[in-house]
Amino acid sequence: MDHPVTLAAPCPPRETAVQTRSPRVSRREFASCAAAAAAGWLMTACGPRRLHELSKDQLRSRLRDLEREYSRRYSATVTVADTPAMPGVLFAYALDISRCIGCRRCVYACVEENNQSRDPQVHWIKVLQMDKERGVDFTHADPYYEPREVPEDKHFYVPVACQQCRNAPCTKVCPTGATWTEPDGIVVIDYDWCIGCRYCMAACPYGARHFNWGEPSIPKGQLNPKTHVLGNRPRPKGVVEKCTFCIQRTRNGRYPACVEVCPVGARKFGNLLDPESEIRYIIEHKRVLVLKEDLNTVPKFFYFYAT
Amino acid sequence: MTRGVRHGLGLAALWLLLAPAGDALGAQSPPQRPAERLEVPPPPFSDGIFPCSACHASMKVNRARRPLNDMHADIVLAHDAEHRWCLDCHDAENRDMLHLASGERVSFDESYRLCGQCHGEKYRDWRAGVHGRRTGDWNGHKAYLLCANCHNPHQPHFKAIEPKPAPVRPSRPRK
Repeated sequence: MDHPVTLAAPCPPRETAVQTRSPRVSRREFASCAAAAAAGWLMTACGPRRLHELSKDQLRSRLRDLEREYSRRYSATVTVADTPAMPGVLFAYALDISRCIGCRRCVYACVEENNQSRDPQVHWIKVLQMDKERGVDFTHADPYYEPREVPEDKHFYVPVACQQCRNAPCTKVCPTGATWTEPDGIVVIDYDWCIGCRYCMAACPYGARHFNWGEPSIPKGQLNPKTHVLGNRPRPKGVVEKCTFCIQRTRNGRYPACVEVCPVGARKFGNLLDPESEIRYIIEHKRVLVLKEDLNTVPKFFYFYAT
Repeated sequence: MTRGVRHGLGLAALWLLLAPAGDALGAQSPPQRPAERLEVPPPPFSDGIFPCSACHASMKVNRARRPLNDMHADIVLAHDAEHRWCLDCHDAENRDMLHLASGERVSFDESYRLCGQCHGEKYRDWRAGVHGRRTGDWNGHKAYLLCANCHNPHQPHFKAIEPKPAPVRPSRPRK
């Protein structure tokens, strides 16, 4: 801020040394540039609207279009919901590090529930194996552990997915506004507006966002037909996706899939604004931590030690 | 001042007189029952083992600690085995029930009350939904699991399990 002069000074054009004559714009060049600009403006104005800009009827017809498309492609009756956030609800998650045994049941339950691509493989949950000696240390964490049985001696496990930050860095860097925080605290992505620039992946300190490098593949018959437009509906190639706290389940009152599958009951979920919720009990009675607290991302995903 | 002392002594005497009665009353009052009904699945009995009275009704009670050879030989007790034997939890008079330390009989559906006698902290967490797995609705009907649905009551420590496959390492997509 103190030296705007240096920052604002335009770089001298490279050509000046070589080219002495200022370039003249031909009539043809001008006309084609103008036509391209007009086409660009037209496409933006008449192209896809943001979800919140659509009228109710438009949104409904858009969702029906999606349903028809998915139903045809996967030979199943697919529903695409747009269930809104419940008033007075702020979702939060808690994971008991003292119980997790690193069995990865949650990873695969999530893949099935949220229609992640099987090949190329996309996993929204990454289970990190850590050394008890080092504590929570991402530098030495290993997501590729493959012993015969878990848990292993001298290790503990930290599953990491989207931390649903209240001060989310990912939503700030999106150049198209394709990702934002919903009123119930879920950070969502509009796959129609994601241009695949992956800025959000660079901004996320938890590696929780995943890019569809190839055309996502879900075998027929394995698609979860109950989808949400901002969540688990099938994604195209070239967009970013992430955990949405199972938006298609939790906005209907249900627990996320990973909570229900965890064989040791290490995963807890609830409403942060409800003093009677499990989440509030944990925060008030247990030793709780958040990952990379110093980055001030203010996650709504808590880790705790019940014992 | 003397009056005050006398007054105090009188109160103390009254307390001494009443205290044992109070204790006795406390012992007789039923232990606090869970306020809300807890939705629990049926207890995980081995096939054909329940009702226990089917065999035990006609048998004499033998309280001696001994190796079990004829029946229940598969049960390995690794749950504070030094201090515990079958009839510390299973009721000798009514074989289809368990009993608490107080002698109160509880059904197998309510076995969490038995476990909660020693594992009070876990019991409290379980009731709050923090210990153990819950399924159902985060804002409505929640299904609990009994302690025994996850922990074998005779060997409560969890056994190691096989993990699901590790993620594939990043590589260039094929197309």
